[in-house]
Parts: sequence; C-alpha cells; structure tokens
Amino acid sequence: MHSKTDTRLMQGNEACAEGAIAAGMRFFAGYPITPSTEIAEELAALLPKVGGKFLQMEDEIASISAVIGASLTGAKSMTATSGPGFSLKQESIGFAAIAEIPCVIVNVMRAGPSTGVPTAPSQADVMQARWGTHGDHPVVVLCPTSVAETYTLIVEAFNISERWRIPVIFLMDEVIAHMREKVTIPDSSQLRIVDRARPTCKPEDYLPFDADAGDGVVPPMADFGTGYRYHLTGLTHDKTGFPTGKRPEVDTLIRRLYSKMDKAKQEVTFVDEVLIEDADVAVFAYGITARAGAKAVRDARAEGISAGLVRTKTLWPFPDEHVERIASTVRAIVVPEMNMGQLVHEVERASKGKTKVVSLTRVDAEPISPDEILSALKEV
Amino acid sequence: MYKEIRLSGTGGQGLILAGLILAEAAGVYDGHEVIQTQSYGPEARGGASRAEVIISDNVIDFPKVTSPDIVLVMSQQACDRYGSQVKQGGIILVDDTNVSSLPTIEGASVVTLPITEIARHDVGRQVVANVVALGALVGVTDIATPKAMEQAILSRVPKGTEELNMKAFNVGLERGREARAKHETP
Repeated sequence: MHSKTDTRLMQGNEACAEGAIAAGMRFFAGYPITPSTEIAEELAALLPKVGGKFLQMEDEIASISAVIGASLTGAKSMTATSGPGFSLKQESIGFAAIAEIPCVIVNVMRAGPSTGVPTAPSQADVMQARWGTHGDHPVVVLCPTSVAETYTLIVEAFNISERWRIPVIFLMDEVIAHMREKVTIPDSSQLRIVDRARPTCKPEDYLPFDADAGDGVVPPMADFGTGYRYHLTGLTHDKTGFPTGKRPEVDTLIRRLYSKMDKAKQEVTFVDEVLIEDADVAVFAYGITARAGAKAVRDARAEGISAGLVRTKTLWPFPDEHVERIASTVRAIVVPEMNMGQLVHEVERASKGKTKVVSLTRVDAEPISPDEILSALKEV
Repeated sequence: MYKEIRLSGTGGQGLILAGLILAEAAGVYDGHEVIQTQSYGPEARGGASRAEVIISDNVIDFPKVTSPDIVLVMSQQACDRYGSQVKQGGIILVDDTNVSSLPTIEGASVVTLPITEIARHDVGRQVVANVVALGALVGVTDIATPKAMEQAILSRVPKGTEELNMKAFNVGLERGREARAKHETP
C-alpha cells in the first residue's frame, strides 16, 4: 500500500497511528468513531506486526478501561475516539489521573454537542479536554497543526505520559486528521523515547505511591505481574496505595499531583512564534486554525500590516508566560477558534490586561479561512 | 506554481481516492508540495462528496481550497454547487453523463466529457469512472505527469485491478487530450 521511500503522502490519522508505534505504543483498545476511525484501522493492521495488541472493545468505556489495565502491566497504551466517545471516557480518565497511570487518549474533535455533525471539523472540546473529568487533576493536552507534526507530537505525548505518570490528551481536529500531506518519516534514531521509571527496590519493600523513591514528585511504577504486588484505587490513597481519608494525606496527594505539572511545564510546552519580533498585532491559534493564521499573517504583511503568529501545540498547561510576554509588545491579539470562544479566555487571563484580546469564532462546521483572520487583523 | 483543484460529486464515486492519487502523484512522484483534504457526509453512498488538492512549489499554509483553478464535477448537485466557483481563466471538467444542466460562467473554460459513460463502455467497468476522470483531468490540464500518475495509481488501487485502472487512466488521458485540442481550436 505504501511507497517504499521514506517520503510519502500520509493522512493525519495514519501519522498518529504510526507515530504512536514509533513511540513504543504496543496496546490499543478502541471503539471506532468518525473522524478518528482510520487510527483504529491502521493500528489493527500494524500492531500485530510489531508484537503489539489491538482490541476492538464493546464501547468507549471498556476501551479506556482496557488501556488503563494494559498500562499497568507496563505496556505503552492508547485509545482514540471523537466527542461522544470522549465524553464516555471521562470518568476513567479521572481514574488514570488519580492512580497516575500513563496513557494517551486521542480525541479527533468533530462538531458537537452530542452526535453533532459527525464528519465536520470543530475545536470545541478544548475545555472538556482540560476539565472533562471531575476533581482537581493535572493533565497535558497537545494539539498538532500538520500531518508531519502529528507524527512527532504523538511521540512527545507518550514521553510526557511516561515521564510524569499522567494521562495525556492528544486533541486533533478533523481537518488535520483527514488531510494528507507529504511526510518524511523521521528515522527512529532521531526520536527521543522516554520510558517510565520502574522501582529498583525489592518487591517486599515497594511502596507504589512513594514519590521520594523516585524524583520526589513521580513514584516509580512497577509492572503488574512482576512480583511487585500493590493495591490500586480511585479513592484518595496514601503511599501504600490503600485508601485514606486523613486530611494531611489527602492534601499531600492532590498537591503532589499538581507539583508534577509545575515541574513539567517547561518541558511539555511547545509554542512556535512566527514573525512575532516586530509584530504590531498577533494571531494566537492552534490546530487547523493556526494554518489559516499563518496564511493570514503572510497576507497581512503583504498589505503592510506587521502581523505575527503564536502557534501553540500545548493547550494545557496553558502557555501563560508566552502570552504575557507577547501581550506586552503587541497592540492586539486575535484568537480564532472553531468554537464559541474557549481558549480565548485563557489568553485574556494570561494577558493581564496588557493588550486587547479579540475572539473570532466560527461554528458552522467549516474551518476559519485566512481571509476571516485577515479582516480581523485589519479591524483591530 | 500554485494550483487548487476541487474534485466534486457523489459519495461512492471514488473522488476521495482520486484526490489521494492525484496528490500522491504530484507530491511524491512529481516532487511538488502537496495537500489533499476532503469533505463528505455520513452516508457511504450518495450525499455530496468532494476532495481537494493543492499543488505548490512552496510550503502550503492553509490546506483548504478557496479559489480553485481546476474543478471536476461528476454530479448535477456538485455542478450546481461548485460549477460557478472557479478562478478567472480556470477550467471546469464536467462529466455530462450525470450533468445535464451545464455551468454558465464567464472567464473560465467548460470542458465536457461523458466520463461515467466512457468508464462503462470503453473501459468496461463503471466503478473506474474516478480514474477515467483523473486521466481526463491530466489530459486537459497537465496538472501532473502521466508517469507520476501511473506510479500513484499502481500504489493505491486494490491488487488485481491494476490493469483495469491503467486502462481507465489511459482512455481518460486520450479523451482529455482530444477534448483539449478541440477546445483550443474551435
């Protein structure tokens, strides 16, 4: 099916599947749903060839549950879905968060709410990706802007998930997922691959949630079935893994989960700045909308407007420092989103009133065009 | 070079595969920058379907077609919707097997060929109308080299159908070239 050369025409969903395998992912469980289906299709064909396992489950809840179980045995694990399935997975994502189970959840966003417009693009799950499951919890959300970037960014998603023992949400939009671009697949030697820290103590001495046995924030994680027996629960637990309701221990756990993100933030923040140095006005965008932004900025420059682009691949944790710095140098930031305005509130918060923030929304299930952004740049 | 191409018709006609083949030919085998996108409804058959390809010598920022240079229409619905959306000096290739009411547009060339009929009778299988269309498109516009198209077709069509698809492409190519010659010397 594929050409023999390293450079080939590849779909976003294919890049997601193949990048995940390059990252070391060897277990996928899912319930196919448009526009994510090709990820499952690809992995059903590819995983058995590399000694991995593909399971089509009975539904989305079973899929994320299987992924959590597989990760506990030491396998890098992933599921892929779209809005309706992502909603169903939320409770178990919370379990992965509190039990600190590395896993990657791909959500290819489509127009919602509910079943919405199944084949049409959207960026309306940005807040759900951050806060879809209840309770205070850390999470990293990554969003690619091209097919080539999908391949390399999903590798980072696994690295982050393994390094920090957290669920990582890989948020794609339908345009990136379904479009095909020419991609040169990086050689495996060019990829940095991270594996979770495992305990070095004897099994009988193992405390599954003792971060001090690791780097102080991330406890080493034993693979089920290797003699390190431990208790696992969605209840708030102490170092032994057994439930606790003792106030200082509850406080310690939640604060430690958050401290992981404080420590990780720089390492998990991927932001590109294009023509920002001398910019008078900026576009802040992600996913397919950042591609429209790039064209709009070029077109604006051609018309004599000093525009620049901030393209973020990390939606959460939100890149506050980048936005605050840019807010102090530009007259206005335009935030185009294929939703009613979600990340724009974060841009406003991080700007601290230092610049004008303008929301540009589109919810007719078509991508925002470069011309719409250009018009907004002219108006501000 | 910067060309936007829109292939439009009905779900089941194979237009997304056609877009993929064209993009692979122009991108991987002819060596241009290329992006292919698509839009379709939830139906497996029927419903509007379109594939879009951008071929450029520079990095392509925005992947969607906004002002196409070349438009293929393979259904009346697609013709009504996209038949008038073409750049000045652009080309519309119409499958008049399925389109009776032709687009009326000034400043663009309308070329008609009975693409589905050619697939059915001259090639022998209606299912390869999408590849006949690709041949015709290359014949009329030179948007990709026939050599690159052949490589892309052979890498993407199901095993056992290579001969049928190459026949479809070559018949389409010939008819496209004829139509172009006729169009240029009225």
